[in-house]
Amino acid sequence: MKLKTTLMTAAFSMAATIAMGADFKPAVIYDMGGKFDKSFNEGVWAGVKKFTDETGVEVMEFEVTNEAQREQAMTRMVQRGATVVLGVGFAQADAIDKIAGENPDVQFSIIDVSWLDKPNLRQYAFKEQEGSYIVGVAAAMASETGKVGFVGGMDIPLIRAFGCGYVQGVKATKADAEVFENMTGTTPTAWNDPAKGAELTQGQIDRGADVIYQAAGGTGVGVIQAAKDAGKLSIGVDSNQNHMAPGSVLTSMLKRVDVAAYSTFKDAMDGNFTAGVQNLGLAEGGVGWALDENNAELITPEIKAAIEDATAKIVSGDVVVHDYRADNTCPM
Amino acid sequence: MADFMLQLLLTFDATLRLATPLILCAMAGIFSERSGIVDISLEGKLLSGAFVAAAVTALTGSPWIGLMAAICASVFMSLIHGFACITHRGDQVVSGLAINILASGLTIIIGIALFKKGGQTPALSSDERFRGIEWFGVNLMDNIPIIGTIYRQLISGHSLLVYMALLAVPLCAFILYRTRYGLRLRAVGEKPESVDSAGVSVAWLRYRALIIGGIFCGIAGAYLSISHGANFVREMSAGKGYIALAAVIFGNWRPIKAFYACLLFGFLDAATSRLQGVDIPLIGEIPIQLMLAIPYIVTVLLLAGFIGRPTPPAAIGVPYEK
Repeated sequence: MKLKTTLMTAAFSMAATIAMGADFKPAVIYDMGGKFDKSFNEGVWAGVKKFTDETGVEVMEFEVTNEAQREQAMTRMVQRGATVVLGVGFAQADAIDKIAGENPDVQFSIIDVSWLDKPNLRQYAFKEQEGSYIVGVAAAMASETGKVGFVGGMDIPLIRAFGCGYVQGVKATKADAEVFENMTGTTPTAWNDPAKGAELTQGQIDRGADVIYQAAGGTGVGVIQAAKDAGKLSIGVDSNQNHMAPGSVLTSMLKRVDVAAYSTFKDAMDGNFTAGVQNLGLAEGGVGWALDENNAELITPEIKAAIEDATAKIVSGDVVVHDYRADNTCPM
Repeated sequence: MADFMLQLLLTFDATLRLATPLILCAMAGIFSERSGIVDISLEGKLLSGAFVAAAVTALTGSPWIGLMAAICASVFMSLIHGFACITHRGDQVVSGLAINILASGLTIIIGIALFKKGGQTPALSSDERFRGIEWFGVNLMDNIPIIGTIYRQLISGHSLLVYMALLAVPLCAFILYRTRYGLRLRAVGEKPESVDSAGVSVAWLRYRALIIGGIFCGIAGAYLSISHGANFVREMSAGKGYIALAAVIFGNWRPIKAFYACLLFGFLDAATSRLQGVDIPLIGEIPIQLMLAIPYIVTVLLLAGFIGRPTPPAAIGVPYEK
């Protein structure tokens, strides 16, 4: 008897949740690293926080700590009545594709993915090549030797796109500049090998490079460190990494995942949610560069003017930055 | 030509830096495997050493305390390994693998709990690290051509831990081949019954070998995170423990030969880093993909033909039961 009552209560409360589900209920699933990872996830968190501060709507959160949890967490959010679920990072692509297919009434959104196709799934991709182009401009301006470097993580088209955009920016500013491009490896350990990153950087410095841009995850920590140890400049990536070696990080190429997170929830709330791929570039404020107290002295008025000029040209369409991913080649 | 010489010298210089963690781990591996314990847990010990060194140094501000803590952590991991496979006669490979997984998960979880940086530890300032030491008379030697450059680039200017790694090799060789403990250690890996019948404890000998290995792995870990690098990054050992184990096998479980194998791996790593995108005389520019594959190709070639048949210690992997 007692069990029956409990079950009935449970059924009732579930029905109530579903009824309430008609309201707006956002959820976000952070990926490995957690929401305070000083990087990708924390960027998303900043966008979520902005949304909550502005609208007063709380966002349900989950931090994935191992691979198996991604799908579970999404199912769980849907069961708890979420009306829009945001996945963070391409690692969640398979999970979100499956769960979005199973729950056609729920809206889904994912960052850093562009290859899925579901009528209730929005995907955010970034024009990393544009952000890399403008930091390339900064690198060429700041370099005294006319030689700059790029250290990539795993050798995949995405990272090639970073490198290619960077080279275009450097060459557009100083046609005779030399760019050394290195990749750390061809397996996922290439993202977590700061020792190798430091050696690649040292190698480029030995060949005369004095500004080194990294797009290499944890390996990039070694790049920034090696540049600092040698008294050279480095450029951070994804989030603002200027603080990692104040006075030695020239700037950081920003991927504004906070913009993607904020607009997902804002659009869903206002009933403007659309499926499909959103490409965020300089014009949409999706990529950019970092200026704060840590690099204020490094960014001279000339460098700032050059970056702003390049940004304006890309936004207006006068300059088109080639995307390596479009045809797997780099014109430079 | 002079430029090429300098580049070559700088590559050798990088070789030493990259080989240091391999050398230390290989020495650790030799001790443990010579005593009859398979040690695939080098990777996990290296990783936990790296994490503890960076975390403790960040909290206390002293790299020396960090180094000591790293050694303690790594020895502790060794003792777990020993407890599972010496005391309880468990499978040594399974136990070693468990330690690797434990280290991989634990370092990230504790790192996030302590510093909230996604598993990274805060960056250390220059005086909180083991930095390069300028040797006496570097500027004086500069006047001598070639030798001066070699002295400056190759011999001087490394961190204390690099020199420790280089000293570890003759030390290991001495302990293994010139001391009573070394003799017993080699015997226990070949025929533990003989050691036992001589009235010497097999378990205690093996425990001591694991502890020595733990000390070396701890130093190697500290080198990664507070000397070569300036903080801990998740999974930063990046397979170096396994490469060291390969070097042990390459070197036929002998310190000097394993040392050469480590230098070879270090050199290949340094060369692939430096030759990416460089115009090599006569050959031209080698594609990055091929460059990155070279260490593996060389490994396969060496294993397939150039290295003689490796002879592991006879009792390796077999738990000792009276």
